[in-house]
Amino acid sequence: MSEEAAATLPPVVGQLKDRFGPAVIRVSTFRDNVRVLVAADRLIDMLSYLKAEAGFAFLAELGGVDYLGYPGRSEGARFEVHYVLLNQETHERLVVKVGVDDPDPILPSVVSLWAGADWMEREVFDMYGIRFEGHPDLRRILMPDEFTSFPLRKDYPLRGRGERHNFPRITRDES
Amino acid sequence: MPVNLLEDDVQDQSPSDEKEFHWTLNFGPQHPATHTTLRLVLELDGERIIKATPHIGYLHSGFEKLGEHLTFNQYVTIADRKNYISPPMNEVAWHHAVEKLLGIELTPRCKYIRVIIGELARISDHLLCTGAAALDLGAFTAFLFAFNTRELIYDVYEQMSGYRFHPGYTRVGGLLYDFDEKVLQRIDRVLQHMPKVLKDMEKLLFRNKIFVDRMRGVGTLTREMAINLCCTGPIARASGVTYDLRKDEPYLAYPDFTFQVPYATEGDCYARFQVRMEEIVQSVEIIKQAVKNLPGGPVNVPIAEKYPLPDKATAYNSMEGLIQHFELIMPNRGLDSPKDEVYAAVESPNGELGYYLVADGSQVAWRVRTRPPSFIHFGVFPHIIKDHLIADIVAVLGSLNIIAAELDR
Repeated sequence: MSEEAAATLPPVVGQLKDRFGPAVIRVSTFRDNVRVLVAADRLIDMLSYLKAEAGFAFLAELGGVDYLGYPGRSEGARFEVHYVLLNQETHERLVVKVGVDDPDPILPSVVSLWAGADWMEREVFDMYGIRFEGHPDLRRILMPDEFTSFPLRKDYPLRGRGERHNFPRITRDES
Repeated sequence: MPVNLLEDDVQDQSPSDEKEFHWTLNFGPQHPATHTTLRLVLELDGERIIKATPHIGYLHSGFEKLGEHLTFNQYVTIADRKNYISPPMNEVAWHHAVEKLLGIELTPRCKYIRVIIGELARISDHLLCTGAAALDLGAFTAFLFAFNTRELIYDVYEQMSGYRFHPGYTRVGGLLYDFDEKVLQRIDRVLQHMPKVLKDMEKLLFRNKIFVDRMRGVGTLTREMAINLCCTGPIARASGVTYDLRKDEPYLAYPDFTFQVPYATEGDCYARFQVRMEEIVQSVEIIKQAVKNLPGGPVNVPIAEKYPLPDKATAYNSMEGLIQHFELIMPNRGLDSPKDEVYAAVESPNGELGYYLVADGSQVAWRVRTRPPSFIHFGVFPHIIKDHLIADIVAVLGSLNIIAAELDR
């Protein structure tokens, strides 16, 4: 990154670099978004630090992205999960991203930091199959429990694979 | 409706004395008080709720998957259908994210018009929410007054776009049509009608003993809980979190207007109701100022910027317009987007409505992640309903304003 770009970064990025060193893999900016890609093993440490000491006490959004086949992407993990944090005092936002790869994507859960992450992590699990270690109740949330695929993965077709035809049908007598 | 209790709903059947009297009740998904397809499995001690487990997904339609296959302009029809109580606000949120991604600066007139339709949607949403909350608690008349006024707002949508329910009014870099005199007349009719309906509802509800008793002290959400559970919008503001994106991270033309951000500190159902009623008043003020100072000039960004569809006259009568039309419409063409990603949010009637948008260089998004306020607020529900009675469920659900289409997407 050029000197000029580094000068416009908010001070919290410098603090993160000092504190977490090589665990901060990449810092990038686009429009007014500042993104920090962090190594998965330091994710909880960084989010705890941001929540408790840097003032980013509000988790605004948590979601996943599948980069399978993303044009021009040669490095990095297949999936990335983003945590959009908000500092309600200074109105700053910071996007913390973490990569996680196939075949067994596992990330630490942040439910202990923000109880509101509960359902958002369940949705990421439901849609991408990324498991969150330490989540109290990691079940499918939008898709039925019988569903076997992860529909927002890029290798899952738009029209599905016909799972709907195999759903169990419960009659009035069986209920 | 046949009920299929899943194993996890009836788990924890340890034969301890305490749990011996607990019974399980299924509430929804088809129940008049849930309004939409919500389902709760309640563990009860008599009428007291020990544990509530929401089961959602009955209305899941793969909106986010569809976003990876529709162009930025086409997806507005899907965005509309998320919170169908206030469709224009969803459109504004969607194209706000797209325009931030593409780096488009809107014309002043377009910004004002988007503020107006967004605030009309907020009024419409809050009227339905407060009216339906009253209806569930037995106050039928207030609901009719509120619904009657929403009809006038639908008339505005119809006049501006041709559609009453899902206008699909915004486009990348502009709007489907410009406002004309008739639209402004219909907005004026809404504005003239508003003081009367607000006064009617106030008279019917604010000192209605049954209504107030069933709302006050019910479903209390403290400030710490609101932050920890990621609440935004009127629900957070009723608990003392005064954050409002219109004031604190201004977008569109909001810095131009004078308005207050109402908040309360009690955090109960009644506080949420009061905050919503006061927000209607503030929205009316914003619309008045916006209509009065509505700038002239074009409503779309110039076609030289290669983003908006030219109107028919330009497309048929000028070479630039024809080329632009061709470039945007032909299947192997379309606008270019940067290979990057952006998070953009607006203050929707229910709270922060954000999009995490990943683009791959084409006119179709790589990933459309919605941050739906209803989804996050329904996650709050099990926490605040504990130790309440069954009858309180409808009061708390009504005050959270859960919209299933947005919840399940």
